[in-house]
Parts: sequence; structure tokens; C-alpha cells
Amino acid sequence: MPARAQSVKVLVLGPFAVGKTTFVRTVSEIRPLSTEERMTRAGELVDELDELSEKDTTTVAMDFGRLTLSEEIVLYLFGAPGQPRFHGMVRSLMQGALGGLVLVDTRRIADSFDAIDLLEEARLPYTVAVNHFSGSPRYSDAHLRDSLSMDDEQPLVSLDAREIGSAKHGLIALVRHILYRPRHLEHTP
Amino acid sequence: MTQSRHRRAGMVRSHTATGGDLTPARQGLDAATLLLADAGQPVTGLAAQPRRVMELCLPGVLSVSEVAAHLHLPGPVVRVIVSRLLDSGHLSARAPFVPTASSPHSAEVLRKVLVALEKL
Repeated sequence: MPARAQSVKVLVLGPFAVGKTTFVRTVSEIRPLSTEERMTRAGELVDELDELSEKDTTTVAMDFGRLTLSEEIVLYLFGAPGQPRFHGMVRSLMQGALGGLVLVDTRRIADSFDAIDLLEEARLPYTVAVNHFSGSPRYSDAHLRDSLSMDDEQPLVSLDAREIGSAKHGLIALVRHILYRPRHLEHTP
Repeated sequence: MTQSRHRRAGMVRSHTATGGDLTPARQGLDAATLLLADAGQPVTGLAAQPRRVMELCLPGVLSVSEVAAHLHLPGPVVRVIVSRLLDSGHLSARAPFVPTASSPHSAEVLRKVLVALEKL
């Protein structure tokens, strides 16, 4: 990788057991790694080392993967934990991210609201991807959009997080969305 | 990758890994920030952990989070070590790409990302 190398960060969000780790594992060229990150209250920076005085912080293991896209571009995928107590960490992780991919399980659609709210709040571009499980109900796009209060401009795809040929469409939809709807970029810092 | 026998099992305080350095890490060191090692900088004289960071980064570009995972150290600890290596010129850092509106360069990078993804 030459010195001109650039990284691109994408977050994979969604509720517990929706397939975030599977998605990261499928797309990653390396065995997914885990890093221990400091979990803080919302908006706080994570760089202090004084463990003893920070009673309200703790650490959380975060899975991530890597995909070299070209000689110069490497994509990092971070599986963001879905539980509300990790929101502070997810907000920090959103800084510097290209966008987010929200995974949805049609057996519990509403569980993905939380991730969408976080992305909306951060004004980060995102794509919603239904991760199909065997036996999970199939709904029309119109029904899903209605359930998730998504407008027509927001991309919605279906994928199988276990298959790279399918999983990649979530990322493609996200990048297309960012590329062809530049008004969303006005919000990124 | 050599597996560390020095696992962080709650017995070693974070500041031990930083050599007692408690000065804050640089801001803006993202988990996906790429680290580039300067092969011209001597690694002799570096403490064990900074030296391991250099050894990891010398063969190619790695991100802050990869360094943390390979060294089995928490992200905040690695950020402190990396900050000192940036100060000394051993490493240089590049923050992740964030597109800006109406920038031709941004569109070019995004198109490259798209083309690469479509080939997967």
C-alpha cells in the first residue's frame, strides 16, 4: 500500500444478533479483529487513561474488518454494538465515517429504529439493508419503508450477510447514495 | 502475526504499556486513521510497546484499530503510544477519507470505491 493510501470507514449498525459480525466477516479480507474501546458518556472524548477516576466508563470489544479496494483505498468496517448503553461509543465511531449500513431483521423491524435515529442525529448518510434469515417474513419495499418511516430517497436493499456477492450490494447502495445525492454531504463535517 | 503472551488480563495497568506516559493522546486519531512508518527513523532506543507498533507498521500501512488488535492493547492506550511516535516523526498519520460537498476529489474517491465494490 503506497504512502498515498486512504482509509474509508463504514459502520455496520443494527440490533443484537441482526448479523453485523457476519456482515463484517463476509466482507473482510482479514479474519475480523477486535479492539477494546473506551465507552464513555455521550459526546466525551475517549483519550484519557486515568482508569480509576472514570467510574462511569468501561470498555467494550468492537469487531472490525478490512477490505483493500485499490492500491490506494482501504475500507474499514466497524460493527457498532446496538445496545443503548453503547450509544456514546457509537457516536464517537461515527466521526470520520463515510456512512452507515443499518441491518434489519424482518422479524423485529422496530429494533432497527435506534440505529437509524443515531445516524439521523449524526446527519450521516446511511442505507437500510434487510438481512434475510431463513423463515423470516418477506415484506414489500413499500411495507418496509412505511414501517421504518423511510422516504423514497433513502436506499433500501435486501441482502444475505453470509454471501459476499449479496452483502456487497449494501455497501454499493450506500456509496451510490453518497455519490449521487450530494445534498447529504453538506452535513458531514 | 506473533501472538503476544503478554495478554491484558487486568493485571497490567494501562499506563504501564505507555511507559508511564499519561499525557493525552492527540485528538483526531480515529480508529480508521492510517499509520505510515518512516523506515529511516531508528527503532533502537524505543521502549517495547512503541517498538512493537513500529514493527507492525513498517511492512505496510495499518490503521490505529489494527495496531490495537494485534498488540492486544485497548484503543486509548495505543492512541497515546501512537501520539508519541507521531511527535518523534517515527509515524505519520492519515485520517479517514470524509467526502466534502462539491469536491471533485471526493467524487473521484467515491467512484473508485464504487468500482472496486462492484467487482467483488
